[in-house]
Amino acid sequence: MGNVVVWFVWILAAFACLGSGAAVVSFSNPFYSALALIGNLGSLAVLYLLLSAEFVAAAQVLVYAGAVMVMFLFVIAYLGRHVDTPWAGAPSWQALGAVAAAGALMIEIVVVIGLKASGRLTDAPDIAHSFGSPREVGELFLTDHLLAFEITSVVLLAAAVGGVVLGSHAREEPSNTVLQGGEERSGR
Amino acid sequence: MMGPDLTWYLAVSAFLFGIGALGVMLRRSPLIVLLSLEIMLNGANLALITFSRHHGELDGQVFALAVMAVAASEVVVGLGLIVAVHRRRLELDVDKLSTLRG
Repeated sequence: MGNVVVWFVWILAAFACLGSGAAVVSFSNPFYSALALIGNLGSLAVLYLLLSAEFVAAAQVLVYAGAVMVMFLFVIAYLGRHVDTPWAGAPSWQALGAVAAAGALMIEIVVVIGLKASGRLTDAPDIAHSFGSPREVGELFLTDHLLAFEITSVVLLAAAVGGVVLGSHAREEPSNTVLQGGEERSGR
Repeated sequence: MMGPDLTWYLAVSAFLFGIGALGVMLRRSPLIVLLSLEIMLNGANLALITFSRHHGELDGQVFALAVMAVAASEVVVGLGLIVAVHRRRLELDVDKLSTLRG
């Protein structure tokens, strides 16, 4: 009975995931694309739960579907309505090449998985009840992967500084040039 | 808890990566290119977590969390670039932003 429920949830989550992913690519309005990506991230969190990665699923909903997507929606609303029409007119050679390249990449991945891993992935090992809990993941972060943890904090700091620089530069540039021009004139 | 094979999760991850790659190559709006990049990163994350379950080790989940942090910082810088381009009154089209002249 539990087996059927797991299968049902998996099929629902997987098809929601792939469908909303296709919707992100095909919507012409970026606002709808961002909303579809929220659905994509939510159904991925369900798949993570089925793989008993509880902490990653919670972080996915909090960080991605919460913080990152709010930032995305804010910027899309700030930029105003930018609708591009990717499907208008006859398909160009560039679009056909993109479809062919993406299809080839996907087939390549599927073939490699099928050749290398199909026989060996059938039996997942039994795991403890606490597998994927915040306690275990946090312990691993602070013991074995401490360097990765610290480097992640540096990356986040660099991104925060970069965001501030990119955001302030464009606004201050006109006043800077005026100021420099004024100083030059007073110097002469 | 018996569910589908781990191979099926890997198939979903491959399809997600392919959809994201298609979006990156096909779309011209930089916002949707960023959104498609997120889809590609999430496909890779799903594969990492699947293999973590397969081996019964948590290292893959730790790696997935690190990827998540890197993706968040990439979004910050990418959106900052898009806003900077918009402030310079340039058109938001990755084909027309091919030259780096102000």
